[in-house]
Amino acid sequence: MSETPAQKAPAARSGRKTELPEHLKAYKGVWVFLEHDRGHVHQVSWELLGSARKLADTLGAEVAGVLMGGPDEPLAQYAQEAFGYGADLCYVVHDPVLKGYRNEPFTKGLTDLVNRFQPEIMLLGATTMGRDLAGSVATTLQTGLTADCTELNIDPVSRALAATRPTFGGSLLCTIMTLAYRPQMATVRPRVMSMPKKEATRSGRIVEVEIGFEESSIVTKLLDFIPDASSNKINLAYADIIVSGGKGMKNADNFQLIWNLARVLGAEVGASRPVVQAGWVEAERQVGQTGKTVRPKLYIACGISGAIQHRVGMESADAIVAINNDPNAPIFDFAHYGIVGNAMTVLPALTEAFRSHLAVRSRAGAAAA
Amino acid sequence: MHIVVCIKQVPDSAQIRVHPVTNTIMRQGVPAIVNPYDLFALEEALRLKDKFGGRVTVLCMGPPQAEDSLRKCVSFGADDAILVTDRAFAGADTLATSYALASAVKQIGKEQAVDMVFTGKQTVDGDTAQVGPGIAKRLGLQLLTYVSRIVEVDLEGRSITIERRAEGGVQVLKTALPCLITMLENTNTMRFASMPAMIHAARTQVRKWNKDQAGIEDVEKIGLKGSPTVVSKVFGPTPRNEKAEMLLVEESSLRDVSLNLIQRLFTRHPIIEQELLERQSA
Repeated sequence: MSETPAQKAPAARSGRKTELPEHLKAYKGVWVFLEHDRGHVHQVSWELLGSARKLADTLGAEVAGVLMGGPDEPLAQYAQEAFGYGADLCYVVHDPVLKGYRNEPFTKGLTDLVNRFQPEIMLLGATTMGRDLAGSVATTLQTGLTADCTELNIDPVSRALAATRPTFGGSLLCTIMTLAYRPQMATVRPRVMSMPKKEATRSGRIVEVEIGFEESSIVTKLLDFIPDASSNKINLAYADIIVSGGKGMKNADNFQLIWNLARVLGAEVGASRPVVQAGWVEAERQVGQTGKTVRPKLYIACGISGAIQHRVGMESADAIVAINNDPNAPIFDFAHYGIVGNAMTVLPALTEAFRSHLAVRSRAGAAAA
Repeated sequence: MHIVVCIKQVPDSAQIRVHPVTNTIMRQGVPAIVNPYDLFALEEALRLKDKFGGRVTVLCMGPPQAEDSLRKCVSFGADDAILVTDRAFAGADTLATSYALASAVKQIGKEQAVDMVFTGKQTVDGDTAQVGPGIAKRLGLQLLTYVSRIVEVDLEGRSITIERRAEGGVQVLKTALPCLITMLENTNTMRFASMPAMIHAARTQVRKWNKDQAGIEDVEKIGLKGSPTVVSKVFGPTPRNEKAEMLLVEESSLRDVSLNLIQRLFTRHPIIEQELLERQSA
């Protein structure tokens, strides 16, 4: 890793606070806000429990999940699941005002829990709910918040959370720490952290907490929730196989070659930022720091140069195949297989090769069975 | 109706280059633009003004050059432009930034009460989406993030109904004014600035406020001092230890290259082949 001397630690300068005040030293434990909606917990929450477990083990601390919801929501059941994914305890708040996400009661609830139980680290998913809530809670608590982290570690010297995220539009990475404030807050996007193994037999403690909300004091009302039509849902983040195209595809018509290969593989179609900006595909298909983070088993990148902004969104794929006519394209630095050639001519050949290979193999398999 | 739109001047990130050897940002010659996400906020504010009358004030914190971005907003139809600029703000993270902007909105409100504050959903250089919520909390405004549509504004009843993007669907929320809205992208199309509007913008006096004029009460809360987060390290990505297995098209036919790739891929990742075969039979 090459460090940039000019950008190094401005902490010591200009009398800013870097020492942890005495009263904040009592803050202990790593929390994960467990996001749930309409009957299930968002998978990003389990991914975060996996990260929280590692951080807590380094610190010798406990992992706690926070569950807030309406009286009829199965929060105790979610807590049991959380124990399986690594939580030691869960703070559970049932209240009619917590049915359906609203900023005001959730901010109050989470802020009160933090003030009462004093965690040193708090992680939230970088979803529309998590980002709305994290920014509000951090401001209310006057503490540091780092968005969209791609790596979380404990700094060996300060024992602070070292949160790494892309910066400058995704061209470099930076590590950010909150030294003199607690809790240290961070959000992480879905699929960035790997899913922890579930240990069904693991158990933990449930701490029921009353906050004392008054619906009459909450100004914003939730009138309705309109679920997205499932027919046109693009589930890129959780796709196992993705064929992705970049600016190297030259124009929208050539992008059809990406769709053709995707159809043969039963894959989802992804794209780099310039392609989405040019309007060749829907914004939901963008892979990268400002799009979706994916971790498929197979990622085929066609005509994508591999800028960090794209890389951070897909480098955890098990196998990355890159097709690019520039042998020096950065994508070849982190791909597993590289084809140096024009994607427009390689794609039809590759599509046909996959089609015939799979056809032959499945016939052979059927014959054997 | 009085609407304040907070904007940021950002480097055009599509044109940022990293020095290949030193890994530092090459800022020279990178043009500055209005954060693209903020334009959706500005357009929505201008539409409300078209409908209900009133004023749109654009507010920006940044270096003196950020005046250009404010003028751009005036050319689109904003009535007033305020640049909060002071060396004391340098090094601010999102917490310190939201304090400074919230103070400035409060000052603007002393001239004429503010009904709504708009921001973009995030900036393209920081990508944090934290400043909007921060301003709302500091001013005690109702917070509405990722708004995709303004359904109804009832000025007499002081209420607003909106749709906001949530996970797996859209929430319909009703709240009271004043509120802060962060606008989702691609929810409207920015109008064009007419030639007379551009001339008017060029002649418009952008008001520049230092920290005192912006109403900063606690200097401990601005700039580097007011920022809890510390950037400890900036670095380039780590290269993978293992180099990619490269296949050159010039050396063999396209068909051979493809078959070669498939064979290597499936030998090392039999699970991928298995999954593909299962899909074939399904």
